[in-house]
Amino acid sequence: MTDTATPMRHVPDRLHGRAYRTLRSWEALLLAVAIGIFILNSFASPYFLDPWNLSDATFNFTEKAMIAFAMALLIISGEIDLSVASIIALSSTAMGLAAQYGAETPVLVLIGLSIGLLCGAFNAVFVTILGLPSIVVTIGTMSLFRGISYIILGDSSFQGYPSSFAWFGQGYIYWVFTVEMLLFALIAIAYYVLLHRTNFGRAVYAIGNNPTGALFSGIRVRRVKFTLFLLTGLMSGVAAVCLTSRLGSTRPSIASGMELEVVTMVVLGGVNILGGSGTIPGVVIAAFVMGLVTFGLGLLNVPGIVMSIVIGLLLIGVIALPRLWTLVANRRKA
Amino acid sequence: MNERYSRGGSPVVSMDDITKIFPGVKALDRVRLDLIPGEVTALVGENGAGKSTTVKILTGIYTPDGGTIRIDGEPVTFATPNDAARAGITAIHQETVLFDELSVAENIFIGHAPRTPWGLIDRSAMHRAAHDLIEEIGAPFSTRTLLRDLGIANRHLVAIARALSVDARVVIMDEPTAALSHKEIEELYALVETLKAQGKAILFISHKFDEIFRIADRYTVFRDGAFVGDGRIADIDENALVQMMVGRSVEQIFPTRAPAPDSSETVLTVEGYSHPTEFADIGFDLKRGEILGFYGLVGAGRSEFMQALFGITKPSAGTCRIEGAECTIRSPADAVDYGIVYVPEDRGKQGAVIGLPIFQNITLPSLGRTSKSGFLRLAEEFALAREYSQRLDLRAAALDQDVGTLSGGNQQKVVIAKWLATQPKVIILDEPTKGIDIGSKAAVHEFMAELAAQGLSVIMVSSEIPEVIGMADRVIVMRDGRIAAEVTGDDLTPETLVRHAAGITETPQLQEA
Amino acid sequence: MMRFLPLRELILGGAVLILLALIATRFPGFVAPDNLANVFNDTAPLIILALGQMVVIMTRCIDLSVAANLALTGMAVAMLNVAMPDLPIPVIVSIAVLLGAFMGAINGLLVWKLAIPPIVVTLGTMTIFRGVIFLISDGKWVNSHEMSPAFTGFPRAQMLGLPVLSWAAVLTIIVFAVMMARTPLGRSILAVGGNPHAAVYTGINVGRTQFVAFVISGALAGLTGYLWVARYAVAYVDIAGGFELEVVAACVIGGISIAGGIGSVGGAVLGAIFLGVVKNALPVVNISPFWQLAISGSAILIAVAFNARAGRAKGRIILKSADVTP
Repeated sequence: MTDTATPMRHVPDRLHGRAYRTLRSWEALLLAVAIGIFILNSFASPYFLDPWNLSDATFNFTEKAMIAFAMALLIISGEIDLSVASIIALSSTAMGLAAQYGAETPVLVLIGLSIGLLCGAFNAVFVTILGLPSIVVTIGTMSLFRGISYIILGDSSFQGYPSSFAWFGQGYIYWVFTVEMLLFALIAIAYYVLLHRTNFGRAVYAIGNNPTGALFSGIRVRRVKFTLFLLTGLMSGVAAVCLTSRLGSTRPSIASGMELEVVTMVVLGGVNILGGSGTIPGVVIAAFVMGLVTFGLGLLNVPGIVMSIVIGLLLIGVIALPRLWTLVANRRKA
Repeated sequence: MNERYSRGGSPVVSMDDITKIFPGVKALDRVRLDLIPGEVTALVGENGAGKSTTVKILTGIYTPDGGTIRIDGEPVTFATPNDAARAGITAIHQETVLFDELSVAENIFIGHAPRTPWGLIDRSAMHRAAHDLIEEIGAPFSTRTLLRDLGIANRHLVAIARALSVDARVVIMDEPTAALSHKEIEELYALVETLKAQGKAILFISHKFDEIFRIADRYTVFRDGAFVGDGRIADIDENALVQMMVGRSVEQIFPTRAPAPDSSETVLTVEGYSHPTEFADIGFDLKRGEILGFYGLVGAGRSEFMQALFGITKPSAGTCRIEGAECTIRSPADAVDYGIVYVPEDRGKQGAVIGLPIFQNITLPSLGRTSKSGFLRLAEEFALAREYSQRLDLRAAALDQDVGTLSGGNQQKVVIAKWLATQPKVIILDEPTKGIDIGSKAAVHEFMAELAAQGLSVIMVSSEIPEVIGMADRVIVMRDGRIAAEVTGDDLTPETLVRHAAGITETPQLQEA
Repeated sequence: MMRFLPLRELILGGAVLILLALIATRFPGFVAPDNLANVFNDTAPLIILALGQMVVIMTRCIDLSVAANLALTGMAVAMLNVAMPDLPIPVIVSIAVLLGAFMGAINGLLVWKLAIPPIVVTLGTMTIFRGVIFLISDGKWVNSHEMSPAFTGFPRAQMLGLPVLSWAAVLTIIVFAVMMARTPLGRSILAVGGNPHAAVYTGINVGRTQFVAFVISGALAGLTGYLWVARYAVAYVDIAGGFELEVVAACVIGGISIAGGIGSVGGAVLGAIFLGVVKNALPVVNISPFWQLAISGSAILIAVAFNARAGRAKGRIILKSADVTP
């Protein structure tokens, strides 16, 4: 017990300084990994450091990362949403349908975001009002949402989006900087502020660490969780707009399997899958790590599927290694 | 040794000079306890007297720090629960821990089921054996029934059958009747008689005097972790037993308080609070600066009522008014808004948010005040946390330390600090000093008195008689989900409280004099 | 001697029968014995995997790597068959089961020894196993003409009127029924999920039981890997992609609680059969097969809502007057 050793009336605010805390953090380790991969990549391929190549490379993580920020909050609060990729499919299908009737870009975006919100609300009702486990509910809605896309589209696809719609997924703001990058940065900052700088974010941590204790402390647990599902739905809607705009077409199989990549990104970013801890900077760095690995291996002509081995190993390795280390250290002591 | 039991046989289990020390607390101090075949020994004592620690030592969950346990006169040590089970000691807990999705027979025989020559579980043999056991104890269900389909009383019967199936010599029954109806209790008594007839030694733990006198042959009394006395039930009466159990002066440990403020200003009025299964028709007034005690046996419905008042569960009827204005409390957040706060008994699960640092625990319900339009202001938070942790004399290395690393007493201080920071009107303390060390206990008591003196109204739920008498201005005794009595002034004695809580109706003549 | 079917299974069984009856009113051919046998044969892999998943879920874990395990084992034995066409089928089957069990053991060890949450472990191994298929196959397909006739013929060989694939499912059901009801392991699996705290006190090792559950699930995925590749006579990286979710869906529909401790062999089998009937009936009743996904999604939601309502914990009864309610 720490308290018996330090009998004092004036308890200091913090045990360690900011520098110490930053250095000891998961994010620091992850950043070192990211820099390492960056250096390795730049040696491995002469094409790596080309700004346009780097810019292109961001597309393989920006859309996932947008969802990952919302998912991070959801996982920190002790829930999960496996239906995000299916929300993209449904949202994209709705936009495609509207485009067939000549809807203009602003309407399309509005529809895309609204469908995302609606799907999030649907999940939220099952989880927070009916009190069902989110993992099962969202496995169900994962089939349901994509299933509706399949019912509408079958094996056909929607094309013919208005040309101004392409701006979101294909446009550039300045030089090599894409619209998606800007969105990614804005959303990252928004979620950073929300999680780390607001009362709402504090409630998310409290719920994740001890849902009963949070409820007994006067936190409106259901309301917070409901909001988190809405946000995750909304972010899936944003990702749907970007992805649809970038691809220029909608198939019901769009973004399939993306939910697992999003969860991997979140866990790699240091978010505890059991809830209670994790940070937005961690997820940002994890997004870059996954992007760099994919891009670097791609330059070396390693096929995408093999990259998944690396991602899988990273996911298990980053959690297993510290635990293995303690296990071995304890053995030695005993 | 034989002199101690002139009328009984020699003990199958005898514990001598057993001592168990937890950090800061001597839970058991050289106690002794003997269990005799074919007899029921009642272990009597207040909460905190060391009864559950004794049970845990007997079942191998705790290892004693001193003393000897003998079985048939041979010294033994139980390193694991399995060792105790092998020695023939089984416990039937209040919340019987078995498996809902398994059948009665499977629950009885899990871990030692009869096998066929192929190594498979021999179901027909298992059901036959289970059937015999169930018949023997007269249970009214089939061996194929799933445990989840049984009520609490019948679950007890399954646990007892399991005890018989492992050929237990000692059966520990820890508050077995706490959740049973009168009819079920009668059936349990019959069963205890059967077990006695089979020569099992039974340790019976209960707060209810009527059942102790009904069922027990012998008694052993503990107080504050120490042995007080033992003997035959036939040689003692209820009043003498109550005296042995509570007999200590209560004044010395508690802060002296100014007499209850005479103000007639009522802060909280509760009327007709009821719940379908947990409590009925609870009503009372709470005055400014008053400490109102809620006494009762474990399971009398006190915490259940408090949690309904705090908005955790929904009452089926009843109104509550704060300073005359009616309030609708649908969630703890509502209660906090009305100025009612609750320090729960289950500190680790409901009180502290383990995993969050101390300062975040303290500011959690006050974020509205420390923040600006929803944005956190860490400096304000630390200031608030510093203020209240100093007021409560919190011992910690730093305010950003995880609250889970603190001792129980300091965690409790954090929980209380968290609520005081909201500047409440009514604070409900549910078993505020349960399981915390003596030093912190005194600090909590002192602080409670100080709060009341400053005009805060306190509701204190406690099962510790000295605490209730030492702290409360007025005590409401609950029994079976209803208010049994309201006790004030000179009536506030251990004897009255125990009598109302246990439902003993006759008035003792000797003690009043 | 069997405990008669509990309510959950009766309701689900009833739902399957009503579904069949509805289809039969317009398309009597669907319920002809031959066609039903076909439906069962088609559902056999799902049944086998759902039973493996069931034991994992019942110990409070989840195995998302089954489909990847299936695909990897399938590819491995297909390549083995190409390299050594004379290897007898029993040897192939044994290798498939062992390889699958080995992969299950990796999951199990990570969960047991390092206490990593099962969803993270199997999410990771799922992507790793898929990647390894690519590595060993170089991304190429193994086609039917490269496989030996014995290899592809075995799952389709008729025995007593049913193909071997169906018999594999029947055998698995029987083995699981016996294991869950009649062996200490089966009882331990239920106990660990139902009340891990009490399980420790009855001498059951929780971590080891979870490990064994993963090995079982892996072994069955391995077995199915061979049967799948041989039946469809093709092996490539993406076979059975996303099938893990259909397997979990079968379990959820079958009333197996994701919180562990609740479930039955009958439930898992009926859950799989329900999905199988829906899948096979859609083209018959002229509904686009694209409806299948949405239907199974809705079935999951209905099943989980229904099971949760049935399993709500009862509160404590303190008031004597409330005694009358059982």
